[in-house]
Amino acid sequence: MINLPVFPARTPQAFYEQLLASAPDHATGKPDPARMQAFLAKYPESARAIQFIHSHAMSSGFENSTFNSLNAFRFINAARAEVWVRWSMVPVQSFEPISTADSGRTDKNQLFEALIASIHRHPLEWHLIITVAQPGDPTDNATIPWPPDRQQVDAGTLTIDRVESDDTSLARDINFDPLVLPNGMAASDDPLLSARSAVYSQSFTRREGEHKHPSAVSPAQTGK
Amino acid sequence: MATTNPPTQFALRSRILHWLMAVMLLTMLFIGVTMVASLGNYHKLVAIHRPLGIMILILAVIRLINRMFTTLPPFPPTMSRQERWIATASEKLLYGLMLALPLVGWGMLSAGHYPIVMFGPLHLPPILPANPTVYAFLRKTHTVLAYLLFVTFLAHLSAVLFHTLIVRDRLLQRMALWSIQSGETKRPKQLKTIPTKA
Repeated sequence: MINLPVFPARTPQAFYEQLLASAPDHATGKPDPARMQAFLAKYPESARAIQFIHSHAMSSGFENSTFNSLNAFRFINAARAEVWVRWSMVPVQSFEPISTADSGRTDKNQLFEALIASIHRHPLEWHLIITVAQPGDPTDNATIPWPPDRQQVDAGTLTIDRVESDDTSLARDINFDPLVLPNGMAASDDPLLSARSAVYSQSFTRREGEHKHPSAVSPAQTGK
Repeated sequence: MATTNPPTQFALRSRILHWLMAVMLLTMLFIGVTMVASLGNYHKLVAIHRPLGIMILILAVIRLINRMFTTLPPFPPTMSRQERWIATASEKLLYGLMLALPLVGWGMLSAGHYPIVMFGPLHLPPILPANPTVYAFLRKTHTVLAYLLFVTFLAHLSAVLFHTLIVRDRLLQRMALWSIQSGETKRPKQLKTIPTKA
């Protein structure tokens, strides 16, 4: 899950080309605007998605951000009836847009430190909101938002009352594969899902096989 | 037919098991190499790879038990002592890999703390405790053993084809699904007698 409202690429191929187009140029050390223009011209759905992303203000921190599944999934009940869904973790903490002062800061751990301080003040809560698609809503295209009037189900509350460094938590040793799903939940026809599964499997294997460096956020910093 | 003569072919049961395994293994090897290089079809191929691997494991155990209770046909006289030794060793290696690869795959998913999904809600239990370092090691082992199986399979295929097509000793007939008349496999490099018109 991620804090973007839609994903900027519809297919693995488009995402690959987007990464190439936004890679720093060897001569200038900055992305070449002409390459990005060419990418956006070739993939108009990406241009629309990026415009949509920019029209949404980012939150000031992790604690007041919404996190979205982006990809669609299928929920199947005991009678084999299916609905197509997307989901979001919606914070109880009130939204505050990122300030221009914050976006200019160079302290790499700033967002993590703010989250740690916030959790030490009070537990943080998010609602798991399931959005149910209507016929015709795109299930294979994460660049397009679903209409805002779709049925939403509050499926539960996530409460975070402790925070840990990567050095003491299991997070690094979990493959967050979107297709490791319990019975009753299944993949949609979104082409990004299988690609995510493949790439995450590869990165998980490499991550687990390499020497583990200390986390950028130490256990001491988490106040644990 | 009660006889003390050694069989000219493998038992029919063994031949059926052999070809079933051949089809499954070849399918598996191609699924394996395609899967790890695929983005769009990765999920579908992994979903076939897991249960097919377990089916291969079960079939390998059945074949091993079957082999213990079956009389094997002797090697043809066209095979030298070294060739017989190599054939026996490569057979043991093939059996070892048919058992080891699914077990390493199963163990690897267990160590990686993955659910081991067969069909829908049917999952297998883990056979190893969750341990990321063990996972990473077994994942590499799985690839190495898979390539070793591919090479051993090709060597096995090449040896049989060499004997059948070059030496022409009808080695393949020992494993043919149809029945071969006794004695027919014992005449290497010899043309069939053409009945002459009197």
